[in-house]
Amino acid sequence: METEINTGATGVIDFLESANLKTKRETFDPFTTPESIFRAILYGSALCMVVLLFSVFLTLLIWSLPSIKEFGLRFLVSKTWDPVAGEFGALPFLIGTLITSFLALVISIPFSLSLSIYLGEYAAEGVVPSFLRSAVELLAGVPSVIYGFWGLFILVPVVRAVEVKLGVTPYGVGIATSSLILAVMIIPYSASLGREVLQLVPAELKEAAYSLGATRFEVIRRVILPYVVSGVTAGNILALGRAVGETMAVTMVIGNSNVIPQSIFAPANTMASVIANEFTEATSTLYVSSLVEIGLLLFMVTMIINILGKQIIKKMSVQV
Amino acid sequence: MESPVLKTENFCAFFGANQILKNISLEVTRNKLTAMMGPSGCGKTTLVRCINRMHELIPNATVSGRMLLQGEDIYAMNPILARRKIGMVFQRPNPFPTMNIYDNVIAGYKLNGIRIDKAGLDGIVEESLRKAALWNEVKDNLYKKGTFLSGGQQQRLCIARALAMKPEIMLLDEPTSALDPKSTAHIEELMIELKQTVTIILVTHNIAQAARTSDFTAFIYLGELVEFGPTKKLFTVPQDKRTEEYLTGKFG
Amino acid sequence: MQRDKFLFRLLKDRLFKTAVSIFSFCSILPLVFILFYITKNGIAVINWQFLTQLPKPVGESGGGISNAIVGTLMLLVVACTLAVPLGISAGIYLAEHKTGKLSYLVRLCVEILHGIPSIVIGIIAYVWIVKPLRTFSAFSGGIALAIMMLPVIVRTAEETLKLIPETLKEASLALGVPYYKTILKVVVPAGLSGLVTGIILSIARVAGETAPLLFTAFGNPFMNLNLFKPVNSLPLLVFNYAASPYPEWHGLAWGASLVLVVFVLLLNFFAKFMTKKWKVRF
Repeated sequence: METEINTGATGVIDFLESANLKTKRETFDPFTTPESIFRAILYGSALCMVVLLFSVFLTLLIWSLPSIKEFGLRFLVSKTWDPVAGEFGALPFLIGTLITSFLALVISIPFSLSLSIYLGEYAAEGVVPSFLRSAVELLAGVPSVIYGFWGLFILVPVVRAVEVKLGVTPYGVGIATSSLILAVMIIPYSASLGREVLQLVPAELKEAAYSLGATRFEVIRRVILPYVVSGVTAGNILALGRAVGETMAVTMVIGNSNVIPQSIFAPANTMASVIANEFTEATSTLYVSSLVEIGLLLFMVTMIINILGKQIIKKMSVQV
Repeated sequence: MESPVLKTENFCAFFGANQILKNISLEVTRNKLTAMMGPSGCGKTTLVRCINRMHELIPNATVSGRMLLQGEDIYAMNPILARRKIGMVFQRPNPFPTMNIYDNVIAGYKLNGIRIDKAGLDGIVEESLRKAALWNEVKDNLYKKGTFLSGGQQQRLCIARALAMKPEIMLLDEPTSALDPKSTAHIEELMIELKQTVTIILVTHNIAQAARTSDFTAFIYLGELVEFGPTKKLFTVPQDKRTEEYLTGKFG
Repeated sequence: MQRDKFLFRLLKDRLFKTAVSIFSFCSILPLVFILFYITKNGIAVINWQFLTQLPKPVGESGGGISNAIVGTLMLLVVACTLAVPLGISAGIYLAEHKTGKLSYLVRLCVEILHGIPSIVIGIIAYVWIVKPLRTFSAFSGGIALAIMMLPVIVRTAEETLKLIPETLKEASLALGVPYYKTILKVVVPAGLSGLVTGIILSIARVAGETAPLLFTAFGNPFMNLNLFKPVNSLPLLVFNYAASPYPEWHGLAWGASLVLVVFVLLLNFFAKFMTKKWKVRF
């Protein structure tokens, strides 16, 4: 009676044992060869992760070299991006990324914080909270290109109308629209991190405050929030990392302009969106190399942000 | 006297530089129940895990001395073959959750790829479950997963699983410490019945259980074999002062 | 005087709760809007033709997204074939070696890999596969997606297998079952539901990815079953058609968006609820 779920394990075992039969050993040991192969496969797979990461980094570095050799540190401060003249400076995109990400973060904080607090303290159980929780998870699962598409067709006309009212050039696309969409996209992420962090607050601490007669608001404000400040900050740092690397939604609504934006309603480009827009058109080696260098910068920035954020959270959970 | 099933000679066990067992020399008699008793941390579980070579699975674990099963050096043979000759039952019942009762009993054969025809397997399943006093309770539910069984029944399933391999010796490591008193009593009855046909080593921290069930008792303290002998004798006229203190509850 | 102060505190409490609730529910308004518009505009376009026909040239009405659906499936199959065995093996290693220098390094690398922006992974796949093969291909797109799936699979595999009690392994080893069989036939089956959840979630993550495919799979207006030629995919189609000036193509894009969103949501739903049924309890 086969009641075991067939995981294909039998196939793997047959392979391992047949490999054993093929090796001629002095003392025929029916047990160690499949065993060693198995352990080697596990070890090799784990090692692959390390090799993969280093290969990614090395590839980015090597392909950036022509650009690094040509421009050096000028690359980071020059605002001229002129493929025709062969002059590449990344400043417009660094600024574009910086502004959109920080704006998105600032817009998202009240919402994600409210979600964390609401679901963590006010409404932990019940139909409505679990509906809310599912909705937030759904939000996180919507693909980026769909946000971009929706943003392009629904949000951009709205922003355009607002710009007309305000008397600025009604591009519709631009930094403001991108920041709005980014904010919506990172809310689920920082909300779930915020909830994890809130759960770390020991119940005894909260109970002590309540038993002293504090209102919910006071407990949240004076006991819980100070306790989780570093965790919530870390969560927001990680959300920032997400925003920095976000490509598709931004590419579709940022307006694809390679100059430093003069206002938040102006079109621009981020590090990610310029790569998306121009990589397939890049003809010269220097052009490609400059785009790859931007990719390298993106890689390093997101890596540092992620490591920083995760370290803070780790420290927080250890404290508890 | 017939040759012992298990014989240890100056057996020592280490975790790195830490010596857990110090020169244990004893003989386990066939078809008798030998209890290993002693306070927590004295090394009795480590000794038993050295018999079926589970101890060496922990990094930095080493042993010295000799251990012979039916005259053969356990440490000279392939550990996997050694384990197939020795049955072990653990403190917490651990039937395989993805298999039904039937497959659990013959798990040793199935997992090892030992091919036996269906009739043979049916026979082994019934025989092992009968010996474990579980047959009547599960014979109509052989193809259901074992999760509906109580703790005591699950433990008897684990005993059946070990018995199915027809081991030369059975190691029971505190098999009743996670069970309620009623199940404990059942398992003790089972052990007394079983020992007539199977050699059993029982690790227990329960002095009364050792007295009730065993023919021979080894008292282990701080890694040393303090005293070893027929249970009646050890419990009524202990030779070593430490044994006497342990039996009267002065420590442990 | 005391009473007024107390009432004021109660008022602040009430206000705060109201504010927090309002902000919370407002957060999901965009979701409501998105789903509403996609459903409204997408449903109008979806019919059997839509799902089985190729896109028609500009100017002709009708046409469908069959090449994108097939392309998405091709990419997912390639990605899974590469990422699942590798990811699960690495996950098993990490669960079996909880401490150790390599484990620490591997966990760090997996975390960093998880955070790499998808466009950068597209660059990598371009350099590694597209350039040497001198062509855009489904294969390169699959590799890019595989790299994105790996960290999710490794992480969930490790988490799942860590939860399996050590005593199960010991029971098997004590029966004289070799280590490799113990892992493959006892531990992995016990953790199967968690492993499958991880795989499904990783598929859901990459099914909607566009950026890594921009210069790997590249897109294709025709049906293509050749692994080594460019291939279309649902997200690529949405991106290309949304940005185009043709209203018929916009319509296709809405329909494709609906199909994509439904697909991703179904995957998430399946991962959550179905595998709960299979979950092995100890």
